[in-house]
Amino acid sequence: MAERAQPVSPWPGIGAAALVAALILGTLAAVALRAETSGGFSPADWAALRFTLTQATLSALFSVVLAVPVARALARRRFPGRRALIALLGAPFILPVIVAILGLLQVFGRSGWISDILGIFGLPPIRIYGLHGVVLAHVFFNLPLATRLVLQAWQEIPAERFRLAAQLGCNGMAMFRLIEMPMLKRTLPGVLAVIFAICLTSFAVALTLGGGPRATTIELAIYQAFTYDFDLGRAALLSALQLALTAATALVALKFSRGDGFGTGLDRALRRWDGGAPTIDVFWIVAAAVFLLLPLASVVISGAAGLFDMPAIVFRAALISVLVAAASTAVLLLLALPMATAVASGRYGLVELSGILGLAASPLVIGTGLFILIRPLANPTTLALPVTALVNAAMALPFALRILVPAARDITARHGRLALSLDMTKWTFFTRILLPRMRPQIRFAAGLGTALSMGDLGVIALFADPQIATLPLQIYRLMGAYQMQAAAGGALLLLLLSMGAFWLLDRGGRWHAEA
Amino acid sequence: MLKLDDCVIENGNFTLNADIQIEVGNSIAIVGPSGAGKSTLLETIAGFRDLKKGQIFWSGQQISNLHPGKRPMAMLFQDGNLFPHLTAEQNIALGLRPNGRLSEDEDAQVQSALGRVSLHGMGARKPSELSGGQQSRVALARVLVQRRELLLLDEPFAALGPALKAEMLDLVADLVAETQTTLLMVSHDPQDARRIADQTVLVADETVHAPVQTAELFDNPPPSLRAYLG
Repeated sequence: MAERAQPVSPWPGIGAAALVAALILGTLAAVALRAETSGGFSPADWAALRFTLTQATLSALFSVVLAVPVARALARRRFPGRRALIALLGAPFILPVIVAILGLLQVFGRSGWISDILGIFGLPPIRIYGLHGVVLAHVFFNLPLATRLVLQAWQEIPAERFRLAAQLGCNGMAMFRLIEMPMLKRTLPGVLAVIFAICLTSFAVALTLGGGPRATTIELAIYQAFTYDFDLGRAALLSALQLALTAATALVALKFSRGDGFGTGLDRALRRWDGGAPTIDVFWIVAAAVFLLLPLASVVISGAAGLFDMPAIVFRAALISVLVAAASTAVLLLLALPMATAVASGRYGLVELSGILGLAASPLVIGTGLFILIRPLANPTTLALPVTALVNAAMALPFALRILVPAARDITARHGRLALSLDMTKWTFFTRILLPRMRPQIRFAAGLGTALSMGDLGVIALFADPQIATLPLQIYRLMGAYQMQAAAGGALLLLLLSMGAFWLLDRGGRWHAEA
Repeated sequence: MLKLDDCVIENGNFTLNADIQIEVGNSIAIVGPSGAGKSTLLETIAGFRDLKKGQIFWSGQQISNLHPGKRPMAMLFQDGNLFPHLTAEQNIALGLRPNGRLSEDEDAQVQSALGRVSLHGMGARKPSELSGGQQSRVALARVLVQRRELLLLDEPFAALGPALKAEMLDLVADLVAETQTTLLMVSHDPQDARRIADQTVLVADETVHAPVQTAELFDNPPPSLRAYLG
């Protein structure tokens, strides 16, 4: 035997990885070839680059700086609802961006709650559009992520170390210097890098809250080059710039990150002996909860009024979104399952690499590339929905693999030898052992993929014509037309659909949980 | 006859030399210090490890190039001998047909195997609904329907209490006697070896020693075994 016998075949996974690599690298090549370098970068392009870097830096810094006290409070306090709050911190990941933005506008906007309160005291309303609005929205999305990552690092500190420090008589400050400071020094650079990378490619936030020459990100500039000027060469040039930026950042972020982020075991509260003032912790926990819950509550309240009074076009868009999300999830699983299987069966580093390519490329860049590739063959707008489903699947792939690969590896290692000794075929092992055993992870990945696709407002904006829209795009159009009532109703519907789909797919699977 | 012909097995930083023959129908215990390579030896015979050198024969046929599932042997591992999401019956059925549905006749064989290991009526239960001893019985029932000529046990009963382990070993002894199966069994415990193995193979000093009578070996242990037994 030249090779160790394996219970599963890596070839379908290698094929899937090749398809993904072809999609992403192919579109990138199309972008690179089409980019018009003759004109070089205009002052507006440089401004977009500057703004992209500025907002990403500020967003990452604010998210991380605020996350540290919140995580510290959560790590050392036990209170009713703690578990729910930590679960809530995971929600922004699958929260449709447009829903959050509507909520933020209703709270922080010109005619929002805070401006109303300021008005009572005769103060001018706050202006949310521009840099601070973009940063605010990014902090809303990434503060929870940062908190989870920092909290996880906090909880990974062995309890014995706190016990030892307490036994040595360390007080709060000494304990911080001795134990927590080194942990933060190790953890924070990675968290900063991850959030910086996420904010670089954020499109929907910049589309809704940014804009204008002073608040345009590169992604937004790509979109504008497309829709306003239909200048493919410039869109491609900007895409190349964005690609260089995201690829470099993704490399840095991957180097720092430790491959977790969906960590479990966050519900464990550490026993601490250094006391510390509870008021400070209470302040941070309440402030974070209010900041996260207020915009969502606002969408629910305002949306409930408009939910049964929406134009038919919203329901049509909702149906389209459901179909696109279902197709996207099917594609996602068809790619991710064989790839996870291949990775589990041996050293297939290239398969893994192809799985995380999606992190380096942004949806708009891939969208631009696909547009360039499709245009000679067909009218890209007629393919808007399939392209959206495909790009959504490629973007969700890194996360799906992160969920599926450890389970596949574990099951293959645990049951592989028995299957081999029973002379089970690779197909039987895949269908009868691997898939049933991986059901919780598959459902989690499917829920994630569905919710991400359902809420996505990215590539669809490039391709869609006025006749067709997914629900997020329809909400954006309603907001643009100042039909705020209908937009709020649509946002609530989208929120219910995304969260409902995630819950149904993920949690629903646990009713029949088996040993 | 099982013949390991001038075999060299490499596992990480140690090598194991084996040049032994085992007669058909014998029950052999494999003993030796921890880390000497008892499990490695069994895994190699079962086909989960490659030979560095040499060949393995069964009844004159070379089997060392065969896929693990094509070798004439069934194996029980230290753990993970049942698929937890399948019922007892489904687990046993995999021994007959790993890749398809059972015929009526085969289904009857599964039921009869269940009865033989005293698990009548428990076929629809999942492993989590069975005790540790019952789980071992299901695994043995599957071995029974597999009808392989060799049975390799890599301490599958190690997690059971002493009384239950003795019960399982007696059941194994009965089953191999009924089916004229050749048994190779890794063991940590001289009592286990004395209980069911007429011959014992000592694995020590990077060598698989030729089988000797179990009672003789333990009554008069060589230095390497004496150090291990204490």
